Amino acid sequence: MSLKEKALILDKAGIDRALTRIAHEILEKNKGAKDLVLVGIQRGGVHLAKRLAARIKEIEGVEPSVGSLDITMYRDDLATRKSQPVPQATDIAFDIQDKMMVLVDDVIYTGRTIRAALNSVMDYGRPRRIQLAVLVDRGHRELPIRADYVGKNLPTSAKEKVDVMLIEDGVEDRVVILAE
Amino acid sequence: MALSSKDLLGIRGMAAEEIRLILDTAATFKDVSERDIKKVPTLRGKTVINLFYEASTRTRTSFELAGKRLSADMINISTLTSSVVKGETLLDTARNIEAMKCDIIIVRHSCSGAPEYLSTRIKSSVINAGDGFHEHPTQALLDMFTIREKLGRLEGLTAVIVGDIAHSRVARSNLCGLTTMGAKVRVCGPPTMIPPGIERMGAKVYYNMDEAVDGADVIMMLRLQLERQAAGLFPGVREYARLYGLNLARVARATKHAMVMHPGPMNRGVEISSEVADSTPVILDQVTNGVAVRMAVMFLLSGGIKAEA
Repeated sequence: MSLKEKALILDKAGIDRALTRIAHEILEKNKGAKDLVLVGIQRGGVHLAKRLAARIKEIEGVEPSVGSLDITMYRDDLATRKSQPVPQATDIAFDIQDKMMVLVDDVIYTGRTIRAALNSVMDYGRPRRIQLAVLVDRGHRELPIRADYVGKNLPTSAKEKVDVMLIEDGVEDRVVILAE
Repeated sequence: MALSSKDLLGIRGMAAEEIRLILDTAATFKDVSERDIKKVPTLRGKTVINLFYEASTRTRTSFELAGKRLSADMINISTLTSSVVKGETLLDTARNIEAMKCDIIIVRHSCSGAPEYLSTRIKSSVINAGDGFHEHPTQALLDMFTIREKLGRLEGLTAVIVGDIAHSRVARSNLCGLTTMGAKVRVCGPPTMIPPGIERMGAKVYYNMDEAVDGADVIMMLRLQLERQAAGLFPGVREYARLYGLNLARVARATKHAMVMHPGPMNRGVEISSEVADSTPVILDQVTNGVAVRMAVMFLLSGGIKAEA
């Protein structure tokens, strides 16, 4: 099954505007950046978390701590996969106790990644609050999980795939839908 | 990516990509042992048996910790207290264990080939924790992980393994692994302890230790088993220590960044002097890395759709 690009959802300007809005919304909802920490979920959320931290610094003058979280070991599908995914690094170099944490990912789909992320975060400590920021919400939730901040709501079919490409990975900033 | 077999029986025959996969995976599992909550739910509900026919503290504890940190249920069977003393065969023992629905069986046995024998007869995954003089794959993997962590690479390094090569499964596994990953391996020991034909496995043989460690990046010392003296393989501990023991003078002949390694337990003053033993924290890193590497192996072998045996 080879997928081809069906439509361009967000170009660089679109991604930038979405992230700027999300940064403002995070500051609005949390009434500032006090005790705010951002944790990007490997691999899609890590660069986005860093970009959000930079935006928040521009707006509020304070840069929140940024960490990365790999959830491979907490997946619920390890027993049924053909091969195991290679875990990436988890790097949370700060204490998360009592902090206002915002998890960041590129796409939310079934919600199982976020469930795994919540379980993983709890093994590192006890944040005061955990919120979720995603660039794209493509629907089809299989668990009762929702994002607090959404860049773009995108209805998709299960046969399609949403690809978020970023400059940090060596390609142009674009969000596309892939279909057969 | 997946491992090509349902078992881990030896390093010989493993592709470089497979070894690299295990080492890369181990790096992320190392973090689990550094956190406050040293547990991940990855192998929750899986049952893992340590079936050890030979005494071991280090390897068995390392496997047990690795399994427990992955949330697996670990059972230790030490054959001295099991029905093996009543004469139960290896295959019957393993089949009984399998009948209790165990997912992974870790076997240490004094007969070379025992884990392979089991692997073709039971459906569970078999991990070789040391069989006779044949292989000790997880030891070699943790040694390679430690070297790669400290020196940044394996390719192009010169490693020398010193000691009773003939009776050492650690030496064999490391020799296979390091040469597969592009390192140059030297072996060194008294002629009574170097097996003929080892050059065909890719090793360069040295009987003079000063020459062997000259310019080496890694010096791997093997424990001298004192029982071999009774078999006439070396005349005395003092002579062995003088000719083949690692002391500070010999360490100075290696490269400036050279690593000293030892699989443990050490005979201080025999194959390794106390001064060298106490100035090399790497030996303890090997132990820490052992848990991470064993976690990685169990994780990679526990994938749902198993490869054909």
